[in-house]
Amino acid sequence: MADMSMSHGSGAAADEVHPLVVRITHWVNAFAMILMILSGWRIYNASPIFGFRFPDQLTLGAWLGGALAWHFAAMWLLAINGLVYVVYGFASGHFKRDFWPIRPVDVWNDFRAALTFKLAHRLGTYNSVQKLLYAGVVFLAAAAIVSGLSIWKPVQFYPLTWLLGGYDFARIVHFLAMSGIVGFLVVHIALVALVPSTFVPMITGRAAAAHEGETTR
Amino acid sequence: MKRLRIGDIRPDIKQIERRAFLRQSLSLGALTMLTGCSLDNPAAPDFIDRVLKGMSHWNDRVQAAIFSPTRLAPVYPESAITKPFPFNAFYAEAQAPVVDGATYRLELAGMIADKRPWTVADLRKLPHESQVTRHICVEGWSAIGKWGGVPFHVFLERIGADKTAKYVGFKCADGYYSSIDMPTALHPQTLLALDYGDAELPRKYGYPMKLRVPTKLGFKNPKHITEIFVTNDYPGGYWEDQGYNWFSGS
Repeated sequence: MADMSMSHGSGAAADEVHPLVVRITHWVNAFAMILMILSGWRIYNASPIFGFRFPDQLTLGAWLGGALAWHFAAMWLLAINGLVYVVYGFASGHFKRDFWPIRPVDVWNDFRAALTFKLAHRLGTYNSVQKLLYAGVVFLAAAAIVSGLSIWKPVQFYPLTWLLGGYDFARIVHFLAMSGIVGFLVVHIALVALVPSTFVPMITGRAAAAHEGETTR
Repeated sequence: MKRLRIGDIRPDIKQIERRAFLRQSLSLGALTMLTGCSLDNPAAPDFIDRVLKGMSHWNDRVQAAIFSPTRLAPVYPESAITKPFPFNAFYAEAQAPVVDGATYRLELAGMIADKRPWTVADLRKLPHESQVTRHICVEGWSAIGKWGGVPFHVFLERIGADKTAKYVGFKCADGYYSSIDMPTALHPQTLLALDYGDAELPRKYGYPMKLRVPTKLGFKNPKHITEIFVTNDYPGGYWEDQGYNWFSGS
């Protein structure tokens, strides 16, 4: 039967860790987010808010004009991809099923369990700490977009800029949102390095361990 | 003496190459290699330059669509004025041009009915308005200042500028040049500024006259203007031709 081999066939559904839309938007987002962060660092360097600059070799754009061109090109990729993900997340039930509810007491218990290596990692099911981090980074991305719009268009989108405390404060919000996202990335990548079996499903959609005879990494 | 042949050192070269390759792949992936092609040589655009340019043109159109001809830039009380208001140009303050107000003439060209040049005294006879607005630099910093002068739409009306034209261009005494879209030129807060604070515009801020556009970034506010022209042919600008976004609305 044709649809037995499809991922949504009854037997195979349990194998699918990440649906196709989530995988595509994850990697497009990773690419766009890195472009935004690295070009953003170069833009920050043109007029640092705090007493430091990012090393130029780590930045994208070669000069302010190049960095701005990258930033305002990649923002479309980030925004459109993010919109697809959020619409999918609500419409498919992905958000409700996988991220909800987030109870502080569960987060605390799971966090303690993780630190004592007692937390089991089940592919395709998020523990409370993961739920909080993933929902949190979606929130930070939204904060980066809203604060970014308010410093890009402080006249045309004045009400938005006002809500964010004015032009100068919105710049700080934009910086803090970026910092939070970079902090998430560090933890996220460190955890994938610790549990490499989580990496393959984000590409293939399936847990490598679920297939007999295949080696797990 | 033994002659050194290339074969003797080839393994070493290979190893160095491999090490360099590894280091490159580790340095935040191939992304940093893209930094070599970021509008840093307008004379020789590569593929990425063309993509970025294309997106910048798209952003010009999006910003023109977002621009409201009636939405005003926020105004501030005089107590909010940044002191001292920063000097900013592509040269140091000491290099700012010295313009003789007595012999100064503002030249007009292009799609304008009355192209007679203007003296400072003639410009001062036109209606005068002042504003306290925020000047936002493309670099990210901002400063609040007070400018006074002739509403640009009044001036364009007076000289019989063709308001259906696409662009208004500016040439300056310091070699700077820029251009703006007609809807922004006609915006009620766009000023031909003759004053800074309550005094004549000083040399460092663009004597004898600058364009004050509170709905655009700072580099779209040319100083020491010597010629204004109206045209349908894209005039570009000093920074715009190097890669800054042309519309640069705020």
